[in-house]
Parts: sequence; structure tokens; C-alpha cells
Amino acid sequence: MTRSETRQMLARYTLGALAHVALILAWYLFVRFGDVPKYVMPSPGATLEALLEPNYDWWSGIAVTGTEIFAGYFLALVVGVALALFFTWSKILEAFFMPLLVSLNMIPKVALGPLIIVWFKYGMLPNSLMAFSIAVFPILLTTARGLSEIEPELLDLVRSLKGSRWQLFTKIQLPGALPYIFSGMKVGAILAVAGAVVGEFLASDKGLGYLMLQVQVTLDTPAMFMAVILITLLGVALYGMVLGLERLVVPKDARVA
Amino acid sequence: MSPEPFIRLCGVRKVYRTAGEEHLAISDATFDVMPGELVSLVGPSGCGKSTLLKVLAGLHPHDGGDLRIGSAANPFDPSRDVGMVFQAPLLLKWRRVLENVLLPAEILGLPLAAARERARELLALVGLSGHEDKYPYELSGGMQQRAAIARALVHDPKLVLMDEPFGALDALTREKMNLELLRIWKEAGKTIVFVTHGISEAVFLGTRVVVLTAGPARMADNFVIELPRPRTLDMKTHEQFGVYSRRIYRLLGME
Repeated sequence: MTRSETRQMLARYTLGALAHVALILAWYLFVRFGDVPKYVMPSPGATLEALLEPNYDWWSGIAVTGTEIFAGYFLALVVGVALALFFTWSKILEAFFMPLLVSLNMIPKVALGPLIIVWFKYGMLPNSLMAFSIAVFPILLTTARGLSEIEPELLDLVRSLKGSRWQLFTKIQLPGALPYIFSGMKVGAILAVAGAVVGEFLASDKGLGYLMLQVQVTLDTPAMFMAVILITLLGVALYGMVLGLERLVVPKDARVA
Repeated sequence: MSPEPFIRLCGVRKVYRTAGEEHLAISDATFDVMPGELVSLVGPSGCGKSTLLKVLAGLHPHDGGDLRIGSAANPFDPSRDVGMVFQAPLLLKWRRVLENVLLPAEILGLPLAAARERARELLALVGLSGHEDKYPYELSGGMQQRAAIARALVHDPKLVLMDEPFGALDALTREKMNLELLRIWKEAGKTIVFVTHGISEAVFLGTRVVVLTAGPARMADNFVIELPRPRTLDMKTHEQFGVYSRRIYRLLGME
């Protein structure tokens, strides 16, 4: 990277960080001078103070919700990619299952929540499954698409050298699909967080979503704000890991936005 | 005795069947290619020239006639002795240039250390020294196509098949690549079959031109280009160049 490029990037990051600071500042000023009751809109300071309330047991909430998100997401990744790979092996399987999966994708996964609770009781398992059910489709569908996007002439090139199906897969199809897989993974990461929290709203006895319902009753809005922030940070952590992995394995030009 | 032809086509036919309908893609292709020749296959879209190339590459079987590649003195292994270049460079975006060139060697399971050495030499031959570690997106269209040519040569094939390799380039780059191809061909000493719809390109490059016409697809002519070598761009203004070009234009019904 040249010096001017580095400076440009630095400027971009600075501007991005400034926007975040500005939002917090606006929030602070709004509460400070807007005469807003604390139960409607707590100040940034009051929100931070909620962390000091020992009864809320934030760490266990983070651990529970975090586990649900990561477990559900990891399962979605394994199942989504495995099913997509499975389909590339057989055109008939793909033709049979893909339309069905596209239809199933139309189900609002959140609407399955009450059913999942009937089937799996309440706790971390059904909440992980909510995260899974909502994250698996984008991963599966984009991976399947990525694996099927292969230039016919590239196929000719490999066939003219009598390359094997396995070589075609490992040297061309899979690396070619990686950008798509990551694009599905990024969408899935955001959805997994929503899935786990919705699960906690519906039925649970621990986790950040559960905590939100509890403090809602007592109108402890600062704690609700804090819970939302922590849930968001869990999502940011997951998304950041996916992004970091992508930077490692996919060269710049091959990435799909 | 003159040397044996490297490729011998005799009445080669290719039929496509779609929905019960038969579509004649090639009828009665009959011509020889001598070892080390650069034969231009010229014709309009739909004349079957790309199909013929795929038949030569062993990607499609032919439906009639005789096709023989190689001879006792010059054996041909269909899995190792074909290099292909297409209209699009088709470089793998996630591989650096050198690794792209190595792809055929990897598929064939050739010793990689030696192949790597050869890939470097070939990149030098096509004028890409110093670009080995770049990604394809860092190269211009012409440079990408040069890398694709190096890739087609890395496993040292006896036959290189090119399907309108410069068709997507701008006119000036194309002329430059024509000169480059002649230089590479001379140094690498390969037999090349070059498909194009550019009449002047066909005449300029070819030791021989095979003309194919569409509707119905058939082979219309086959003649040797007797222009001196090395070819230079100003030959395009020579009288004889015009005679050859007109001969093709006439066959394609454009005169």
C-alpha cells in the first residue's frame, strides 16, 4: 500500500469512528437537555451504570446468549455448507431439494418459535435451534449458488486435461465458491443473533433476552439499553470473526460485497 | 518424403441433437495440419469452428469421418498434449499469476518444482516477468491473456488450441498480441489451431487458412498462406495479403 492510500484509509476509519462518537454525543445531549424521563431514554452514563447492578448477572447472560448464538451459527454453517456440497454432487438431488429449500426459506423462521418450544422445551437448545434455523438458509443458498457458478470453458479446460471430478471441485469449484460462502456467512451471522434473542423472548430462564423481559417489568430502561448493546456486541464479535477469516482466505478482488 | 501430418481430418462430421431435431454443426471437414503449423480456422458465428476445436480437444466425439492426431513418429497423448486458450482469459481470481499458469501441471500431477521453473520461463516468454506474484485483477486484459497462453504451454503440449483468444481485446492490443503470438509460436515450436472470425487476423497469423461457412456449416476452402516470415504489420498492405483476404471474403458471401 502506498502512503497516500494509507492516509486515505486512515481518514476513512477516522470518519467512521467519528460518526459513532457523534451518535453517542447526540444521545447524551438529547437526554441532558431534552428533559426526557429516565424510563423512556436513559443517558449513556445511566446505561453504563446498569452494568454495576449485581442482580442482573451480566456475565452469565452474555455467556448464555453468546453460546446460543455461536452454537446455532456453527451448526448452520456446517449443515448449510454440507448440504450445498451434497447438492453439487448430484444434479437430481439439487433439482429435487433446491426448490423445496427456497420455499422453506419463505417461512418466517421467527414464526416457528412457539413450535420449537413445544418440541424442545425451553432453554439453550431451542434458542440455538432458532438461531440455526434462521442462519442456515442464506449460508446454504449462497454456497449452492457459488458452487454452481463455474464457467463452462473452465470446465472444458479441466476436461481437456482429463482432470478428475475431485480436482475440479478442490481446485476450481470450492475456492470459486468461497466468496459466496462468506457472503452467506455474513448475512447468517447477523440473523443468528436475532434468532437466539427471539428464542429467549419466547421462552427461557436465562440469557440477555430473558433479562430484557425481566427489567421491562420493572421499567429499568437503562438495563434494557445495556442488554441491547451487549447483544449487538455479541453480533459484532461474530461478524468480525467471519470478516477476519474472509480476509485470511479470500483475496481482495474475489470477495463479494 | 514429406513429413507426416500431425492432424488429419477426413470427412469429419458433427451433429447436435436437441429435442429430436438434428443440427449439423460440421460437415465434411477435410484438411491436414503439419507438425509446427499455425492453422487459422476462420468463419462467421455458427459455422462450427469452435465445435471443431472442441472435437480436436477431445471434448466432444465426432459423428462421422476420420480424425487422427499424432503419428508413430510423433505420438499424441490426448490427456497431456492439448493446451487451450479461450476468448476470456479465465484465470482463477484467487490464484496469483504463477499459480494460475501451474494449474494444468497440477491437474496432470507433474513434478511441481520443475513445473514452477518452466512456468517462470514461460511467463518470461510471454512478457510477464515480474508479474508472477500478482493477482489477475492487477493485470490488463492483454496481460491476462498472455498469462492464459503461458498456462496453455506449461505442460508442454504438442497441440495448442485457441478459440478467438484476442476477440475481447481492443484493436491495437489485438495487433500487438498477434505479433506476440507469432513470436511465442516460433520460440515454443508448437502446432497451433487458431479459431477466429477476423479475416485479416487469420491471414496474418496462419501458415494455412481453413475457411468454414455457416448455414449449412461446411468447410469451404483450405489454402496455404505464402507470405514471408517473420510476418510484419506492413505486410497487411501488401497486394498478396489483399488477394488472400478477398478470397475469404468472397467465400463468406461478402463480396
